[in-house]
Parts: sequence; structure tokens; C-alpha cells
Amino acid sequence: MRYLPHTDTDRKAMLDAIGVASMDALFTDVPEAARLDGLIDLPKKQGELQVERAMAALSAKNISASSAPFFVGAGAYKHHIPSTVDHLIQRSEFLTAYTPYQPEISQGTLQTLFEFQTQVAQLTGMDVANASMYDGSTACAEAVMMAARVTRRMKGVLAGNVHPHYVEATKTLAKYSDVSIEVTEPGPGGLDALIAAIDEETACVVVQTPDVFGQLHDLRAISEAAHAKGALVIAAFTEVVSLGLVEAPGAMGADIAVGEGQSIGVGLNFGGPYVGLFACKDDRRFIRQMPGRLAGETVDADGRRGYVLTLSTREQHIRRDKATSNICTNAGLCSLAFTIHMTLLGEMGLTQLARINHETACDLADALGAIEGVDVINGAFFNEFAVRLPRPAAEVVDQLAKVGVLGGVPASRLFPGQFEDVLLVAATETNTLDDIAIFAKALAGVL
Amino acid sequence: MTVRYTEDHEWITVDGDIATVGITAHAAEQLGDVVFVELPDVGKTVSKGDEFAVVESVKAASEVYAPVDGEVVEVNGDLEAEPAKVNEDAAGAGWFVKFKLSDTSQLDGLMDEAAYNAHIA
Amino acid sequence: MGMNTQGRPTRMAENIATGGYADTTSGSRGLEQAEPLIYERGSTEQTGVDLPEPKGTALRLGGLERKSVLGLPGLSEPETMRHYVRLSRKNYAIDLGLYPLGSCTMKHNPRLNEKVARMPGFADVHPLQPASTVQGAYEVIDLLAHWLKTLTGMPAVAMSPKAGAHGEFCGMMAIRAKLDADGQSHRRRVLVPESAHGTNPATAVQCGFVCDEIPADATGRVDMEAFKAKLGDDVAGIMLTNPNTCGLFERDIREIADLIHEAGGYFYCDGANFNAIVGRVRPGDLGVDAMHINLHKTFSTPHGGGGPGAGPTVLSEALAPFAPVPYTVHRNGVFEMVEHEGQSDGQPFGRMAAFHGQMGMFTRALTYMLSHGSDGLKQVADDAVLNANYIQARLKHVMTPAFEGTCMHEALFDDRFLKDTGVTTLDFAKAMIDEGYHPMTMYFPLVVHGAMLIEPTETESKSGLDRFIDTLEALAEAAKAGETARFQAAPVHAPTKRLDETRAARQPVLRWTPTESNEMEAAE
Repeated sequence: MRYLPHTDTDRKAMLDAIGVASMDALFTDVPEAARLDGLIDLPKKQGELQVERAMAALSAKNISASSAPFFVGAGAYKHHIPSTVDHLIQRSEFLTAYTPYQPEISQGTLQTLFEFQTQVAQLTGMDVANASMYDGSTACAEAVMMAARVTRRMKGVLAGNVHPHYVEATKTLAKYSDVSIEVTEPGPGGLDALIAAIDEETACVVVQTPDVFGQLHDLRAISEAAHAKGALVIAAFTEVVSLGLVEAPGAMGADIAVGEGQSIGVGLNFGGPYVGLFACKDDRRFIRQMPGRLAGETVDADGRRGYVLTLSTREQHIRRDKATSNICTNAGLCSLAFTIHMTLLGEMGLTQLARINHETACDLADALGAIEGVDVINGAFFNEFAVRLPRPAAEVVDQLAKVGVLGGVPASRLFPGQFEDVLLVAATETNTLDDIAIFAKALAGVL
Repeated sequence: MTVRYTEDHEWITVDGDIATVGITAHAAEQLGDVVFVELPDVGKTVSKGDEFAVVESVKAASEVYAPVDGEVVEVNGDLEAEPAKVNEDAAGAGWFVKFKLSDTSQLDGLMDEAAYNAHIA
Repeated sequence: MGMNTQGRPTRMAENIATGGYADTTSGSRGLEQAEPLIYERGSTEQTGVDLPEPKGTALRLGGLERKSVLGLPGLSEPETMRHYVRLSRKNYAIDLGLYPLGSCTMKHNPRLNEKVARMPGFADVHPLQPASTVQGAYEVIDLLAHWLKTLTGMPAVAMSPKAGAHGEFCGMMAIRAKLDADGQSHRRRVLVPESAHGTNPATAVQCGFVCDEIPADATGRVDMEAFKAKLGDDVAGIMLTNPNTCGLFERDIREIADLIHEAGGYFYCDGANFNAIVGRVRPGDLGVDAMHINLHKTFSTPHGGGGPGAGPTVLSEALAPFAPVPYTVHRNGVFEMVEHEGQSDGQPFGRMAAFHGQMGMFTRALTYMLSHGSDGLKQVADDAVLNANYIQARLKHVMTPAFEGTCMHEALFDDRFLKDTGVTTLDFAKAMIDEGYHPMTMYFPLVVHGAMLIEPTETESKSGLDRFIDTLEALAEAAKAGETARFQAAPVHAPTKRLDETRAARQPVLRWTPTESNEMEAAE
């Protein structure tokens, strides 16, 4: 088998050196009843050609985002990734490297993590960021648990317009802890209900901007209200490109910022792997309670600058049952892809990219809003917004797919039984005016 | 009063009804370079054997147990900025907490220096 | 205080001669290029992309345009390439050499996996596209699920956990949900061997359990008497790794499973060491109720410098109804995704994360499985166990195996062979770096002093193993011969010497911060 180097001669020589007659002799601890008679009932080995064919056939059964006018968002976004990114992340020394626990031979990974942490802190307007989490939803969940530890209060209140997957992931993580989770009524609207829900038991509020309906929110009022009662503000986002044009959560009073970095460097990948971003204020209480890995600067024995994983006593491999979280991995290669793409963009590229995204979405809003019976719900948005249709959005989306248009996500897919006439649509720099025209025409056609 | 020791490597000295507690140099050495000490709030009451502090080095974290019953009256604020004091002077400047004792007879069961040295040998 | 055995030096000891550093004018040396931070290289006005000019249309941001500073540096494409290529050369990698890391399974990462993962029908599809447009993607998830269930002999699998630890959480949540559903909520105690990986107790606590440690016996396996004494009607279950973290198969595993079940609890198995038994033993036949599988270990998905992972979790009949959403079902000839509790026939404990799971790792793992087949996978386990035993057999005369007898896919040594040499496990590991090897797992598991856990995996050739064995033999002999200085100064050939981890923890610097002296240059 092409990945197994041993010949039978090798195996025999090694068995001799060990002093046993056969491979079976090394498995004598396996209970008799669990020893298998022959191979497990699955297909036998195949060469590259056969495997590639089989997988290509499965790939061909899917309609890729590039092959149709594509306006699907709701938590993951199609952006152009420069060729350099994928080329670099496939270098052996990045792809096949381990976690940097031996820092002397991992400076490549550690320095790029340090740069990543700085970029994330700058984007979110925070002081420090960790080396990434699995994704935005689990970052959100971990932030709520951290807020509970920091404030020693047991209630997290989430705005109803936070992406339901983020709400659900948070509820799951908190389910068997002492932390209770409340969610205000979802719906296109403001944050008044959230402000009203804050009391002295509240550890934190979670608010998403742009929210799941694409609406932008000013966090200053909620931050004042929360801080007045001693609660923390967690700001969530699913579209990191928005931070190139929209005010940063840190500048609006948020204490912790969490979100999804997938838009930068990481393709759609049918939902994963993605890259969770986690940043917070530089408060001693916060840093010690942050989950996830942290890369820090130091010097080596010759006094030269280098980087190491640090503040490890927060983590499971040391703290075990008293750890801040059970997390072991970070997003690794995805965080590298993010940082490379962000470096290629730079401030100039990111702000320009963000503006193009917003302008494309404005064009889309104008085109869809012009259709009889279609209303754009949002007053303010970045690159995603909600429209109200005269028919159930789920049916409309299926019919659009039949005519070759991937026209957004029905809100009812995320909120079962609710908002059945609401469609969530996203536009990015990958959408052309032609795409928009085709979408508008197709939508008018199915309504 | 002379210093007394617990089997779990805490030391305690008493002045009137106020006891000062820290960890021994031996324990600090085993721990490695101390990075952080999590100290209790003033006013907290503890019973003998309760965990009242956590001391962290780069690679390890250990709970510290109260050698006696008491109420926390003072904590060593220097340790926040200078946790290295625990390594440099565990028996002196590296003290953790001062307790107001509720039962001085609890000290009788603790080891003296000779007994502690034999214990760690 | 709770005395720990984990404290070890975290900076170079005083007065160790490292041989200094002979600086060149440029800071680079031969093929090793000095490379500063992007913040020291780039500026806010450089960029490596060409984007169309924005039209300048009026903004509809509700007055929330960004006013706060970004400060992100950009680099042209050639400079970007150089920056990351130079940094990459400071990394060790599987493609470069052996990582003998116990419990990590650092096997070769096949490049076919990378090609397949990038097929547009996998890489360029959105999880919320209509089901009719992603049937092939659902089928991949379903097919991988089938392989995982068949290889483990389990009836169900949760595909959504995003990493091994996330899979542990999934399995323990299912157990908690099952206990609560059966009115057994008083069962809060989870038995965990002292040798367990730290994620095990951390996970149990996240699910509202408390941990009760079981000691190991003299053979390195669960002490059965101690285990039996800890059973009771408040026991929720046991978390075991098998083979265990000492590299040994738990002989009594069937008895353990039966006793836990009789006591009313459930058996969680940490699947980190599945590579030792894949294709040969099915955890379902051992009485397991839940087991996560690290796709980045047994199934070759790349470690990527620390992630991403994936932790699909197989579940028994008893736990299957509590599997989290979402999951695929096949109805009327098409695949569908059950995404909400209300759509499920079971009682899912909830949703673990956004979307459907780590599709990018599914395609890679499935490609790996199809390539190996059931015959190839059995050979994987055989060769993995063969390689570890070969190392143990050839080194036991000069290093000290922690336990008697043969091992499974990893060999555990302790530091008795270094006694009185003045060389610690840490020093020995750093000397390995100078010899061109990544160190083995050190100081884990905790049950053995100065642990050195070596897992070569099946993709290491005999000649590669021989060279490794010869090197360790020479190092062990050098330590015993009193060459302490060499070990205490190591590594001297790596891109850096030993780093001051104490300073990094006492004075954390977690990001670059602009100061007057280091403001990035603005372009003219």
C-alpha cells in the first residue's frame, strides 16, 4: 500500500528483533470475543485513480457557488481568495506541522499566530485576541461562559437576532452548568428588549452586528446599560469583512468580541473547517479566563526575540478538571490562511474590499426592492439584508435553485416556523451586475 | 513562635491570634517559576483543609490548603506584580495570606522544622 | 498544597554555555532568513491585491461607518510570499522528519486528500444551499458515517463535533442526556484513570459531572480492585482510553464495560489511540457506549500547526436517540439534513456548532479510507504496533520502559535511565532537536516519572526507525557518560535556543503594539 513503507522482509526482521512469531502475538491482550475473523466488511484498498474518480463523482452531484449566481450568506460568505493563500498553506512546513509545543522548532507557526492575534485585536478594536477557536458559534458560547466566570454571575442574555446556530451552541455548552441562557424575541428590530432584560444577575449580554437579518446596530446604548449593572457586553459577528467599513465592537463599548473569520482566507467548505475569532479588553481578570491558545513574545537564551505558547495554566492539559475550557486544538491552518489573506489585503485592501461589498449589496437591494411585492426590511446593512416576499421564502429558494440561481437563505430555515416570508440575501465582491440582474429576473419570475 | 508545617507543604507562623501562611521553599522549587497566585478575598472564612489559594507556575497549577480554621484578614498584594517572590523567598516575602485564628489548638498537630525536613527527605 | 510533579524548568538555567550566537550583518545565515513581523515589514498603504475602484455610492450604514483605527499592514504579493516561506522554514514538519509524539499519531498526510478536498463540489458549496443542490455533499457525510460505524461496530455516529475534545463533549453530553431522561440525574460521578488526557476531566466537568480518579496497577492498566470499589449508584460512567495513554491495551475492558453497565453507568471511550486497533478490533465489541474519533490522528487529516481537527463520535443504541443536530437522513431516495429538535425522531441534546461539521476533514478522511480499504486499514494498525514494539525492543537495554511486556502503537519510557546523570527528560528531548528529531511526548502520562511516550506510526520505514533508534541509543549513552553540558544547552542547532517561558507568562506580550518608535512607515 503506497503509504505503508514496510516490505514483508522488513516485517519479519522486526518481528524477530521483538522476539515474537507473528503480528497476532502483539494483540494477545484483546479479549477473544472481540478478535475478528478476517477483515471488516468494507471495500478493499484502491489506487489514487479509482479513489479520485469516486470522489469526483460525488463532487459532481453538487452545484458549486461559482457555477451559478450566488447570494447565500447567513453565517458563511463567498469571497475571492488570492491564489497565494492556498499555495502557502500547502507548504509542508505549515500543512504537516504539529501544535507548537516545542517552540524552538515551531517559530514559523508561533510568529504567524502572534501576527494573527494582533490582526484580530485590531479588526475588533480590542486589546488582545487568542490564536483562534473552532468557529464563531463556539467562540460565542465560550465567551458567555467566560463572562460568567469573570463576573461570578450566572445569567447570559442573548439578543434574539443573534444567529440561531450561535444561540444554540451557547445553550448547549451552558446546558449542564450553573449558567442559564435567556434569549429575547427574535425579529428584525432593535435592542430595546435586550436592554430591558439586564439585571444584577446578568453576567453578559450577547448582541450580533451585523445581525442575522443583516441589520447593523450601534452598541453604545447597550454597552452603557450593561456596564451600569455590572454586566459584560459580548459583540458577535459572522462577516469579518464588515469590520473594514463598519465601526469596531471595541470602539462601541464591547468587552469581548467573537465571530467567524471564514470570509478571509477560508472557502465555504460546506460549513467547516472555519476559524473562530475571540478578542477582549486587556483586563487581568479577562486574560486569565480566556479560553484557547495564546502565543506570546519572549527571548531565547541568547537574548534573541522568539515566540511561545503561553498562559497555559488556563488550559486542559494542565488544569484538567479546573480548566477554562476543554479545548485542545485551534483552527490552525485556517488561522494561517486568514492571516496570510489579511496580510495581502492590508488596511487599504480590506477597506476597499469592504466598500465594494457594501456597494454590491446596495445594488442588490435596489434591484430586489424594485420587484413588485418585495420589500427590503433593513434600514442599515453591510453586505447582507432581509427581504419580505409575498410567498413563503423556502419555496421561492427551491424554485430559484431549479432555474439555476442560489438565491439566499429562507429565514425559516434558521427559525423553524417563523418569518416564513423573509429571505436573507448576501452580496459580495464576487457578484457581478449580471448576477444581480439574473437573480432579480428569476425572483420576479417565480413570485 | 516558631514556624510549623503541614504535610501538604504549607508553613504557618502565629503572632497572637493572627497566623501568616505560605508555601515552603521545597514546594516552590517543585512548582517551578511561579507566574500567578490566586488569593482569596479578605473576609472569607475557611476551615482547616479547605482550598484557599491556587499557585500557578508556567507548567503547573496547585491548590493550597488552609492549615487551620480562620478568617482572611490580609492578603499579600505584592504577589500580583511580583509572583517571583514565592520562588525567591517562600518563607518570608512570598507569604500568601494572614488569617485570624479561631482555634489555636489546631497548631499542635502540625510538624516542626525537623519533622518537615524528614518528611520531604 | 497539592504537590505536583509537573513543574519543570521553563527558562534556561543560569550559567549554561550555549555557545553564543555569531551574528551576520544581515541577520540571515545561509538558507535561514531572518524575518521580522509583518508590522515591521509592511505598512497600511501597501497591498498585495488589485481590487476595482469602489463607485463611491452613498453608504447605508445607519451612521455606523468605522472611525476607529485599523492599523493593519499590507505587503505586495512577492513580499508576502517571502515572509511566509521564510517563516515556514523555521518549522519542523512530518514531511521533514519523524514526530515520535505519543497519542498524536503523526502519520503521513496524503496529498490526494488535499486534491479531493479542493474539488469545487466540496470546497465551493455553502452549507445552507438547498438540499437538492448538495446531494453529493450529504452523501459524503453519510458514506463517511457508514465507514466509521462499520469500523467501530457501532450503530450511530454524530458527525458535527469540530475536534476531538468537542467529540468528547458530544459523547458525555449524550450520556448526561440519557441519564436525565431515565430519571437517573443523581448519577454525577465519572470515573477517570489518573493516566487520562486532560481533556477528559475538563469535558466531564463541562457536562456537570465530578471526576473520581482511578489509579493504575503495576502493569500500567486500570487497577480493577480500586475500580470496583468506586462503583456505586451515583456513578454516571467511566472515561477510558483504549489502548490507554501508557500504550497498553486494557485487558479487562470487557469486564469494566459490563461492571459499569451493571452499576447503571455508561462507557465513554477516548478514541485518540484508535490507530492501534483500527480494522482489527471494534470498540462496539468491547462494550463502548460513545467514542470520539480524531480524524486528524487515525485518519490522516493534516495537523496544520495545531488544527483544524474533527471529532465524529460513534454512539451505542442507548445513546443514539440523544445525538445532537444536525445529522443526515436518507428518505425517499434523497438525503436530507435534520437541523432542529422539532424535525428529529429522537431527543437531541442540542446543536454543538454552526452548520454541519468539518466537511473539509470529512473529504480528506474518506479519501484516506477509500485508499486503504479494510485490508489497508488493518495493515495500518499492524504496522503501527509493530513499529512501536520494534523501538521498545531495540532501546530497552539502554532506556527504561515504564512497564513490562509488549506495547501497542506507542512505547512508554520513564526517566530512571537518566537517574544521577544530571540530565532530565526535558534536556533529553531538547538534545533530540539538535539531532534533527522532534521530541517525543514528554511528561505525559502523569502516572510515570519523566514520561517519554514514543509513537512512530505505520508510515515510518524500517530504515527511518533504525536511524532514530541509533540516535536515541547514542543520546542515552552520552547522558550516562556524563556529557551533561551538551544536554543542558540544547538545542543549539535550531532556529532559536531555549525560550524563556517564565518571562512569557509573567510579562505576557500577546500582540504587537504600536509605539512611537515602531510606527509603521506610511508610504510616500
